[in-house]
Amino acid sequence: MNDDVQILEAVERYILGEMNIQEKEYFEQLRRTNPEIDQLVVEHAIFLQQLTHFGERKSIKGLLHETHNHLINTGEIKDVMPKIRVLQQVNKYKKVFAMAASIAGLTALAISGLVAFLSPKSSPHEIALLKKEINAVKISQKQTQKEISSFKSIPSKPDAPGKFGGTGFLIDGKGYLVTSAHVISKADSIYIINNKGEYFKAKTMLVNDNTDIAILKIDDNRFVPVDHLPYGIRNGKAELGEQIFTLGFPRTEIVYNEGYLSAKTGFDGDTITYQIAISANPGNSGGPIFNHAGEVIGVLSGKQLTAEGVVFSSQSKNIFAALDSLKVDSSLYSLKVPTRSSVKGIDRVQQIKKIEDCIYNVMTY
Amino acid sequence: MTTDPFEKTLLKGLAENDRRATETIYKDNYPMVQSLIINNNGSVDDARDIFQEAMLVLYEKAKSEKFELSCQIKTYLYSVSRRLWLKRLQQLQKYSSEVEGFAEVVPVEDELELHEMKNMEFQVMEKAMMGLGEPCRSLLEAYYLQKRSMIEIAGNFGYTNADNAKNQKYKCLTRLKKLFFAQYKNQVI
Repeated sequence: MNDDVQILEAVERYILGEMNIQEKEYFEQLRRTNPEIDQLVVEHAIFLQQLTHFGERKSIKGLLHETHNHLINTGEIKDVMPKIRVLQQVNKYKKVFAMAASIAGLTALAISGLVAFLSPKSSPHEIALLKKEINAVKISQKQTQKEISSFKSIPSKPDAPGKFGGTGFLIDGKGYLVTSAHVISKADSIYIINNKGEYFKAKTMLVNDNTDIAILKIDDNRFVPVDHLPYGIRNGKAELGEQIFTLGFPRTEIVYNEGYLSAKTGFDGDTITYQIAISANPGNSGGPIFNHAGEVIGVLSGKQLTAEGVVFSSQSKNIFAALDSLKVDSSLYSLKVPTRSSVKGIDRVQQIKKIEDCIYNVMTY
Repeated sequence: MTTDPFEKTLLKGLAENDRRATETIYKDNYPMVQSLIINNNGSVDDARDIFQEAMLVLYEKAKSEKFELSCQIKTYLYSVSRRLWLKRLQQLQKYSSEVEGFAEVVPVEDELELHEMKNMEFQVMEKAMMGLGEPCRSLLEAYYLQKRSMIEIAGNFGYTNADNAKNQKYKCLTRLKKLFFAQYKNQVI
């Protein structure tokens, strides 16, 4: 026991720098040759540091407590609810408020009386005339509107319904979309439709059949750019078992589905896709796969016909790869792809409300 | 970095446990935090707890070597208090994703994580101290916290000489270390 005390004392003096040079040299020699001593030094240093922190914290806590009580006593801070204070003031100044209110009321009455008395009286005949004129303006405006709308609707809607349909989603507010390559293969022309039923013409920027990713650009000046996309595109890998959901257009109405990530690879161990368990129908292709935080982790690609409930999704990293090759090919303005989701941590219904405007039905002819 | 030399002096004072500096910071900022807490379902006691916790965070920051405050003391204390209160509300299941406020906030999440770790360490040491019993606790506090000399302690605690007191101190310290590390290793790893 006594030995232990002596060793501990030596260790403490060493840490606190209380040893003279010979002692220190001797002790360091001991420390190098004896791992137990070394361990003790390390441990004791941590402990002393913890003890110092403990002391500091205890004293500042005490000081804060004293300060609080002191300031309450001197009245420099008040320990009462401010709401109550407001009420007290209202009571105090009740009379003043009442007087001010009645003076204001009287003044208002007097002014409105004066205005009524002094303002010129217009004849009913003049009023009737004016009304007529307004009606004339209304009619002509209606006609113009009609003309505009009929003009508008002509180029915006293709003659026949589309041959193939899929889903696409914005990756840049300026009108760049991602969809599946197979959705737009063999397409003569591409139209995208938002959930309000508006048609926009789009053109293909890039197709990668290998990763089943295509990038479209809305080529229509009626499209209003979106400032900020609510979701982000995930650059890393998704986790096994992650809860996922998708929004897509298996019919003309937007449809929500949810499921989970069932494998980090796709068909036959394919590393560019994920296997997911979600109910998907033709038309869901090209739809974004979101995780719970609203980050896009993949693009829905297809399902295995020989097995039930097996769906594949191209991984989100393929989107970044596609964008990189797009940058090499052309001197496009640099796309701003969001990587942070702003719908993290909110209720699913609210998430969808924010997201759904950025999901489009893709039609090809 | 807060460039205001007055604020810098205040923070330096706080780091050195200076009473006047602490008082100044306290009275200039407490009312704002109190009204924040009370307007968001809190009581006066909650306000005191939260504000003192925020002061602790500021204290730790002021004490750290690479100390750098990128905003005014006022903004910092407000941000920390707001964050702490939000967390408290979540723990009480009075969940709300927003605390309504009126002042500017800065992100403080990283610092609060560090602060929480320090809180945990403090509690471990406090528990170990409580488990130690008397006279060991007072003896160690006198030496390590109040930094009294061994001779003074020997007189106060009735030891015949400083060496005896020192022996006793090391025995107590060994026990405290055992208690501390039994907990500390469990919690930290």
